Amino acid sequence: MNLAVKDIKHNLGRFALTSIGIGLLLTLVMGMGGIYRGLVEEATLLIDRVNADLWVVQKGTRGPFAELSRLPRNVEDRVLSVPGVLSANSFISHTIQREFHGKPLRLTIQGLSWPADNGQWLPLVAGRTFGQAHYEMVVDKSSGLALGDRIPLGKNIYTVVGLTKLMSSSSGDAMAFLTRSDAQSVQFDLSGEAIRNERTARVNRLQAVDMGNSNPQLADRAAGSSTGIPAFGAPMVSAVLVKVLPGYNPMTVAAKISAWPDVSVYSKKGQQQLLLLGMVDKSRRQIGLFRVLLIIVSSVIMALILYTLTLDKIHDIAMLKLMGARNRVILGLILQQALLLGGLGFSIAYFIGQWMFPRFPRRVVIVPDDYVQLAIIVVLISVLSSLLGIVKALRVDPGEVLS
Amino acid sequence: MKYNQDLVVEASGITKIYGSGNTEVVALRNVALNIARGKVAALLGPSGAGKSTLLTALGLIRPPDAGRIVIEGKVVFDGSLLVDARVFRRKHLGFIFQKANLIPFLTAMENVQLAMEINDASPREAKKRAMELLEYLGVGDRANHLPSKLSGGQQQRVAIARALVNRPGLLLADEPTAALDSVRGRQVMELFRNVAHEQNTGVIVVTHDHRALDVFDHAFEMEDGILSTSQALDKEIKNAKS
Repeated sequence: MNLAVKDIKHNLGRFALTSIGIGLLLTLVMGMGGIYRGLVEEATLLIDRVNADLWVVQKGTRGPFAELSRLPRNVEDRVLSVPGVLSANSFISHTIQREFHGKPLRLTIQGLSWPADNGQWLPLVAGRTFGQAHYEMVVDKSSGLALGDRIPLGKNIYTVVGLTKLMSSSSGDAMAFLTRSDAQSVQFDLSGEAIRNERTARVNRLQAVDMGNSNPQLADRAAGSSTGIPAFGAPMVSAVLVKVLPGYNPMTVAAKISAWPDVSVYSKKGQQQLLLLGMVDKSRRQIGLFRVLLIIVSSVIMALILYTLTLDKIHDIAMLKLMGARNRVILGLILQQALLLGGLGFSIAYFIGQWMFPRFPRRVVIVPDDYVQLAIIVVLISVLSSLLGIVKALRVDPGEVLS
Repeated sequence: MKYNQDLVVEASGITKIYGSGNTEVVALRNVALNIARGKVAALLGPSGAGKSTLLTALGLIRPPDAGRIVIEGKVVFDGSLLVDARVFRRKHLGFIFQKANLIPFLTAMENVQLAMEINDASPREAKKRAMELLEYLGVGDRANHLPSKLSGGQQQRVAIARALVNRPGLLLADEPTAALDSVRGRQVMELFRNVAHEQNTGVIVVTHDHRALDVFDHAFEMEDGILSTSQALDKEIKNAKS
């Protein structure tokens, strides 16, 4: 006769409520694990998807994910001339926040080296990649934007032509992909007034020196567009992504590029490590510690619940002992209930999670290994937390029946 | 050493002391008691006289501090416990208390069945015997009811069935009718007599109730931890029987 099951059937409502409580608690533990993994995945997502062998960044900096990195665009051409380099693409990344349909819209803009890179590697769920050099945008669907939406950014309007899935930045913002020149237009956009002020200031600066006063043509140029002044270089890029030819060792290529005095080079793994140990490290550790704390709290709560359940049955346990029941009968009663409670709690957490986590604003990533790991933790919690009750039950004097 | 096989209990020099120093209370003083198989003995006396203490001592629930107890020819206590009390209780003793103490989440039949399964009987065998006993005790029709759905008298009958299911040599009952009205109380006492006579079980019943004395074969009186046989009580029993 299975006493644990009989007792549960008799107190079904109470057992169900307790299981739901534990299930909700385990949902938090599960969710924290998922948020932790989601944070790591989001942080390294772009690096994984771009899949560059090398990241060339501004000398002395740790790259665009760690700090501001600015490189002249010609670095791309210089890198291409290095033996063993298959491709080199400029990388531009910056975050913007605008209003769209009365709601805040945060996007992490990534610039692609059109036409060499037209975004074929993007995980599209709808629409297409770029068909022209300007005014098209591929955006992650977590942004809430739809195909055909027209987004004014700077002085231009960009049309959403493609939607991706699960492309978020390390800060959780949806990624938007533009061609490099469009991304730079958005990044360095200035208002008309600011441009006019800058031109006036430029002319004034020129007139303050002899060369400006003696050369009216130069003054005319200074009052015009900055792109028409050869002394001004093209806008900077954040990094250059390098793919190495098959058969070449990326480290050898990296060593050659690193010898240049104006750049630093990181491998894909090095960039990932910089992200994980730098930018998201504190959040990652905080969530990790919070998860540990939640597991401890869950264990304590489960132990208290099981202890209380045991206390409620102490008279019956004393009677069982008086009747001569073996310890394993009593132990089985408590342990089986603990495992059933844990198992049911885990199942509830699983189903709640399946329904709820995809609705979270940021990614919650739970892989099968996480479920297995949590299931083992739940079994351990169930066994350990039932120990208090078991110790109490085994110490019960059968004479308690008389009291 | 040979023991009288007709006796289900032979106890001598039973002493039990609670506390120590100023708080010391002698609950049992050198108690000696013999009960034959198939006999029902009453243990009478005022509250605090030590009746329940004697019962728990004989039942190896709270063993005495000194003395010797032989149950069904086996020395179970001689200054210290000589057997595994839990195993011995399971195989040789049955208990009934003022409260039925049924497991609330088991039906009447399961309560009885469990006692037998604990004693290594197969579930099928246990179920069959449990049903037989419940029917014998007049509660067969309530077999599938939970204790909360049974009256006090029915619960006590189920408790008796549970105590008898393993065919114990000795049945110990501590005020089993205290919570019952006089009619049901008498029925329970008569049940003890029938069980004792039909199954050759020794029964010791702690009671305050003098009205059912005729069902007993012997009566003992306890006061301040001292057990005595009372001629007056024996006479009372004889008169009641006649």
